[in-house]
Amino acid sequence: MNIALVLEQLLNGVQLGVMLFTMASGLTLVFGVMGLINLSHGSLYMMGAFICAYVAGITGSFWIGLLAGALGAGVMGAIIELVVIRRLYDRDHLDQVLATFALILIFSEGTSWIFGASPLWLDMPDLLSGSVSLPGGVTYPLYRLMIIGVGIVIAIGLYLLISRTRIGMRIRAGENDREMIGALGVNISALYTFVFAVGAVLAGLAGSLLGVLQSVQVGMGEPMLILAFVVIVIGGIGSIKGALVGALLVGVVDTLGRIFLPGLFSLVLDNADATSVGSALASMLIYLLMAVVLAVKPKGLFPANA
Amino acid sequence: MKKFVSAGAFALMAATSMTALPAFAETKVGMITTLSGGGSHLGIDVRDGFMLAIEQSKSDVEVIIRDDARKPELAKSLANEMLQKEKVDILTGIIWSNLAMAVIPEVVRGGTVYLSPNAGPSALAGKLCNENYFNVAWQNNNLHEAMGAYMKKEGLKAPFIVAPNYPAGVDALTGFKSYFGEVEGELFTKLGQTDYAAEIAQIKASKADSVFFFLPGGMGISFMKQYGGAEVGLPVFGPAFSFDEVILGAVGDAAIGVKNTSQWAYDMDNAANVAFVKSFKEKYGRTPTLYASQGFDTANLMLSALAKAAPSDAEAFRAAMKAAEFESVRGAFKFGSNNHPIQNIYIREVVAGADGKPTNKLAGIAIENLQDAYVSECKM
Repeated sequence: MNIALVLEQLLNGVQLGVMLFTMASGLTLVFGVMGLINLSHGSLYMMGAFICAYVAGITGSFWIGLLAGALGAGVMGAIIELVVIRRLYDRDHLDQVLATFALILIFSEGTSWIFGASPLWLDMPDLLSGSVSLPGGVTYPLYRLMIIGVGIVIAIGLYLLISRTRIGMRIRAGENDREMIGALGVNISALYTFVFAVGAVLAGLAGSLLGVLQSVQVGMGEPMLILAFVVIVIGGIGSIKGALVGALLVGVVDTLGRIFLPGLFSLVLDNADATSVGSALASMLIYLLMAVVLAVKPKGLFPANA
Repeated sequence: MKKFVSAGAFALMAATSMTALPAFAETKVGMITTLSGGGSHLGIDVRDGFMLAIEQSKSDVEVIIRDDARKPELAKSLANEMLQKEKVDILTGIIWSNLAMAVIPEVVRGGTVYLSPNAGPSALAGKLCNENYFNVAWQNNNLHEAMGAYMKKEGLKAPFIVAPNYPAGVDALTGFKSYFGEVEGELFTKLGQTDYAAEIAQIKASKADSVFFFLPGGMGISFMKQYGGAEVGLPVFGPAFSFDEVILGAVGDAAIGVKNTSQWAYDMDNAANVAFVKSFKEKYGRTPTLYASQGFDTANLMLSALAKAAPSDAEAFRAAMKAAEFESVRGAFKFGSNNHPIQNIYIREVVAGADGKPTNKLAGIAIENLQDAYVSECKM
């Protein structure tokens, strides 16, 4: 074990973290502003990846695919907000969970109907293939570095959008008092559609970016969705800042745990046992983290309406 | 030529006995397999290979197919539905060992015959073996054992080995180490994991001289794509599961030169295989994977037994299964005492095919007549 390895694993953790943030920020905004639990957020992630893979396959350009994936997911998000989600704001959480779970099934079946059940693949753009040398003796894949960059840009962009623009002011007002902002003459339903679509664009972007590293397949969104929920619960539901901190925490803890826990256990156990105990514990680690955070701060690290 | 004649005679025999014994028409087969999600191409190929054999036999065996989506609890409830509602005589199709362990022990204890076209967990070959359980593919360790032996022979000293944390993954690394010996490092990943950045960094930082990985389906695609991007530079080896034709299609040229072990290759030169590959390509428009060959063999083995006895006559049907008198596409095929195959394991090399796309080519034999390591634990 050396410093370069630890640094590289930290970068891997941050890379997972910024992608989780991209997913979780939409989820937490929708919950914070509209009070809606949206299980179909993972489906928008999947749709982004599929649209990106499809368009990139036709045009031969990953960048056009990326744009199409993000915008396509955004359009899809706006449509389901107008057709389905809008009817759920006044219902209780159980109805919302049921309806958005139904959306997952519809999206999954629909996608395998259109694209087939076998995975699609996306090729990495030549510009970003290969690795670069970083200070500290680390060589790191360029593409993953780009993902970290995109994540940072998104975080700054969201911060500026929410704290510095008129729309952001309305979003913050919506989080604090939904009825009052409606009474003040703000077109609340347009605001809701906008927020939902922004979340969908971000999910689609995350799906397209990660689709290059993985295979694009039906059901790829649900593992991300579960992680994104862990992130917003840790960070405090409705808080963008909480989502950022929570995402980085989950990304780093998950990555470092996966690699260093088996090594740690091998100090006290023999090799085979250490590997299996270590990997088993590593896959639980983020849930343990969530439990500890909730025990200390029941509303998460940065509760939105504190 | 002789093989052609014997195959023809055999088909004729099957055809005549079909009229003599009405076992075909009354037989209901349940297939629970993975048709959606990251493991779907395995199940789809098993299904397509199986159904191709059923179609070619012109028998009217009824096959009921259900998708388990790689979920153990779903597979279990589908098995109950098959047995209680559909009243199937024979069950088959499961791809993943964790699903196999959830379903098979109970099914075979209840007296239903189960034919495994893919999963071969060690427990079912050893302590939990059962007269109603027949594995037509391999015991999980086999292909990894062969690669362990091959890499040792090739003079590699310090491989880093990776597999998912589920029964077949544990079997894989156990099998590899039992023939190779000590390794430089080993890692278990999550089943269905899609990001391997952390594992690849670990490999890069180690003193390994090679990488052996068992990551079937979408996992293998993700791993190879990320491995190529990280410029690790170590040669990779694996079982055929990590380099089937679908994975090669996704991974592209990065896989050229890779060696992998398999009990079957599509360019194996025997009459049954040549006919199978040709008809599979004609019907489905793609090159069959080893999973398709296993599905095809499973169906043909079952049909050969049905030609002799009905599943209701359990004793006779099991004896007919165990005799394994069918033309396997992998050449010689026979069962050991625990109903697991004793067979040759071959080395395949990934080369650029005629169309420039990477494909597997038979390169030699790794181990002859390999029998699984658990047969002595089976008391049957």
